[in-house]
Amino acid sequence: MEKDNWKIWEVFIRSKNGLSHKHVGSLHAPDEEMAIKNARDVYTRRSEGVSIWVVPSDQITASSPDEKEPLFTPSDDKVYRHPTFYEIPDEVGHM
Amino acid sequence: MGETTSLEERFQSYVDGENKIEPKDWMPDAYRKTLIRQISQHAHSEVVGMLPEANWITRAPSLRSKLILLAKVQDEAGHGLYLYSAAETLGADRQDMVNDLLNGKAKYSSIFNYPTSSWADMGAIGWLVDGAAIQNQVMLCRTSYGPYSRAMVKICKEESFHQRQGYEIMMNLASGTPEQKEMAQEALNRWWWPSLMMFGPTDANSPNSAQSMKWKIKRKSNDELRQEFIDKTVPQAEFIGLTVPDPDLKWNEEKGQYDFGTINWDEFFEVIKGNGPCNKQRLTDRQKAHKEGAWVREAANAYSNKRASKSKSTTAA
Repeated sequence: MEKDNWKIWEVFIRSKNGLSHKHVGSLHAPDEEMAIKNARDVYTRRSEGVSIWVVPSDQITASSPDEKEPLFTPSDDKVYRHPTFYEIPDEVGHM
Repeated sequence: MGETTSLEERFQSYVDGENKIEPKDWMPDAYRKTLIRQISQHAHSEVVGMLPEANWITRAPSLRSKLILLAKVQDEAGHGLYLYSAAETLGADRQDMVNDLLNGKAKYSSIFNYPTSSWADMGAIGWLVDGAAIQNQVMLCRTSYGPYSRAMVKICKEESFHQRQGYEIMMNLASGTPEQKEMAQEALNRWWWPSLMMFGPTDANSPNSAQSMKWKIKRKSNDELRQEFIDKTVPQAEFIGLTVPDPDLKWNEEKGQYDFGTINWDEFFEVIKGNGPCNKQRLTDRQKAHKEGAWVREAANAYSNKRASKSKSTTAA
């Protein structure tokens, strides 16, 4: 049976102005123009978006799950980066 | 060997802690295989599911119902695409999956091998078939594999429209002329039992279920889901004055659920084997649709190749 060489594209949708584009899924298309058209049909049938980004999947570089510890645990012991670390008397009011 | 065991143990305790598995995480081969099989079959079911309903698009009784049916069939195509995408995150190849369906190698839900002989079937399918699918899919929103779970959340939102529009068709027919009511009853008679079969064999005859439950791919057993569906649906039939075609159906006060008659499992396994009323027709129709769409795919390829070569020559200059 036939094989096509349509690329996989990752689709990002901005649901309304003021919000960021958010990853919603992927699809196949031969080029970026068709990818946008397909994304409209597949991911915005119910007014889910006002803007679409498509990115070839193979252009995305992702961190590896194995790197999770060295990448993300260093921030776990830095509680002083959070506002609740500091005790401010109630009398001072909201801060 | 020791290392594999510990990886598997770690995986299991991660899943037990209600954490989601994402594409690049380590997972047992059997978990990956089970998911690829289940998600691709699910995708195929959405795609083949378009066929019985497409049968009525040109004969819908009003412009309103035609628009609704078109939107529903388009949704099913979309659902198929969400699911193929989810399977691809596990390393499955889209073209292989599509080819497996076209070759008749892949399975899809047996319910779509039943014919749609009257307009009332559009009501019965939305109400019962989509209703049964929702019962299963709501559970799958909490499945342990992230991309599958996210696809299910999206699908469930859209399926709710499918079930409501189906029930509306049944409601209208059931409150119409005696002939219309008879049409609705007749459709319920034909679709009731096959809808119950959608949940799969009884727990005692479903050998892979236990492992799927352990991995939290599934959250409820076939029998549990079937029971919930019956308990929910019987009052809906009564509300519009239709009779569920099961003489053994009876409310069990003690258990707080309905007792129901024996499902004809011989029929179920026959349809799975390929001997249902429409197995051959569905496959032929799917192959025909794929073949007739070939020129669109070729044109898209030719156009993108042309654009690519143009932009190359501009860069070279």
